[in-house]
Amino acid sequence: MTGKTLTRADLADAIHRDIGVSRQESAQLVEAVLDMISDTLVKGETVKLSSFGSFQLRDKNGRVGRNPKTGEEVPIDPRRVLVFKPSQVLKERIDTALSK
Amino acid sequence: MIKSELIEKLAAANPHLFQRDVERVVNSIFEEITQALERGERVELRGFGAFSVRNRPPRQGRNPRTGDAVSVKEKHVPFFKTGKELRERVDGKA
Repeated sequence: MTGKTLTRADLADAIHRDIGVSRQESAQLVEAVLDMISDTLVKGETVKLSSFGSFQLRDKNGRVGRNPKTGEEVPIDPRRVLVFKPSQVLKERIDTALSK
Repeated sequence: MIKSELIEKLAAANPHLFQRDVERVVNSIFEEITQALERGERVELRGFGAFSVRNRPPRQGRNPRTGDAVSVKEKHVPFFKTGKELRERVDGKA
């Protein structure tokens, strides 16, 4: 496993390379896509991207947690969390590629 | 929201681009992320989240119907950790 990490700039490069729009516009398009997905999730709506996966919201009940270091009880408020469910296609592509 | 709706939205915000190219932009982003994960690399999108691959080591499982022991091979599964900003926003804290 390599330690390489891709960022927004790499996604913008891919758009620049694949579609041929300027680097600056490519960067804006990446941002626009991430913003549209984020804004939809913030409204509480699921985002489904076929063959990639879906971003879903899950409402968690409040509970009593514990500080693992001190053993002290701390209340954890009910909260809404985002979970990503990878599609079957994505899971298979990754497992196939890395199981060689 | 599904992918086609995301493409529509992005097309509406970018009327100078062909619908076909907007479609390619969206596909290009997720294909690039997928290919990075296929190489075992991480994709970190600050404020949004980070995609990585987690290793599930091989283990001895059981067929729940028959109780037979079966060996389960090592698995590589995609994982997403929500970024701080988005995590706070979906919870209504930001």
